[in-house]
Amino acid sequence: MFRNSSKGYGWLTILIHWVAALAIFGLFGLGVYMVDLSYYDPWYHDAPEIHKSIGMLLIILVMFRLLWRWLNPRPHPVESLSRLEKSASEWVHRGLYLIILITLVMGYLIPTAEGRGVNVFGLFEVPALYAGGEDMADLAGEIHEWLAWALVIFAAVHGIAALKHHFIDKDKTLVRMLRPEK
Amino acid sequence: MKKLLMAAAFAGASLFNVAALADDYQFDTEGQHAFIQFKIGHLGFSYIVGQFNQFDGSFSYDESNPAASKVSVTIDTSSVDTNHAERDKHLRSADFLEVDKYPEATFVSKSVKPMGDGKAQIVGDFTFHGVTKEVVIDATHVGGGKDPWGGVRQGFEGTTKFALKDFGIPKDLGPASKEVEIYMSFEGVRQ
Repeated sequence: MFRNSSKGYGWLTILIHWVAALAIFGLFGLGVYMVDLSYYDPWYHDAPEIHKSIGMLLIILVMFRLLWRWLNPRPHPVESLSRLEKSASEWVHRGLYLIILITLVMGYLIPTAEGRGVNVFGLFEVPALYAGGEDMADLAGEIHEWLAWALVIFAAVHGIAALKHHFIDKDKTLVRMLRPEK
Repeated sequence: MKKLLMAAAFAGASLFNVAALADDYQFDTEGQHAFIQFKIGHLGFSYIVGQFNQFDGSFSYDESNPAASKVSVTIDTSSVDTNHAERDKHLRSADFLEVDKYPEATFVSKSVKPMGDGKAQIVGDFTFHGVTKEVVIDATHVGGGKDPWGGVRQGFEGTTKFALKDFGIPKDLGPASKEVEIYMSFEGVRQ
């Protein structure tokens, strides 16, 4: 129940999935909102602090998710899927992980470009592992923005596909991500 | 005899110096004895001090005729540094310096008005953020002469200030942050 089985996802994977989904859409909305705040807006400092803190926590969560995925049995694909759908869903998942990780790392490279770490809600600091300087900060910012858009579009397609499986194909794709298979 | 010859040689050399026209100097960017800093108010509570890390410049200078001096400086605007990565990124963006569009800022002197006591007003064209306007730099000749390593140097400092709005900087930082002060200190090595 806690771990994944060959039949479906365990509670921990399900929890991570929905927490990550909430964090990603939250970060996206906050990110779009905060970059246009005026200098005198009360959120001018807090919004980026929250964005960065959640981003750092999400990196840790995603890395744990990948470790957990590797340590657990892989649920078999839903049986009614075609071979093409099975291989497509595998690559979509890999693509999502890759885009999530690159987006997060590019975000991290912006405030750390001059060697300063990122403070996470005042609890701990993620050190600057690579201070790449001004050109890298600007490039990382561009990539971060574009990939964030790509990610939410990709994630929205992923969500619409899950709804299609549930309501049109009437298979277990979505239900598997809501509760563990008995 | 030898001493006499050397004395004559030195006298000749200094005579030659006096007679010489203005010498050309290059900013000592290699040893980095040159700094361009700026200072702007923050909320009216304190100041942000930053600098440009990449720039170059040259001048011609004749101690006996300072009015004939000339100076030109080129700044790489993307090298803006306020010791804060996110602020520097913001300063490079379209809100402020727009370094993609305006990678260089330049100052080219037009006239030098000696004010005595090693001071002068340098009037020149300052091109910044794509806008060219005349600014006046209050300059002081700090010192100069032979350096310990076989070269000849002259050093100056200067200040000026201008309103960000005059150069079309889009972002309005509020009433305490309209004007930016510039301080520069540089040493030139005679070519």
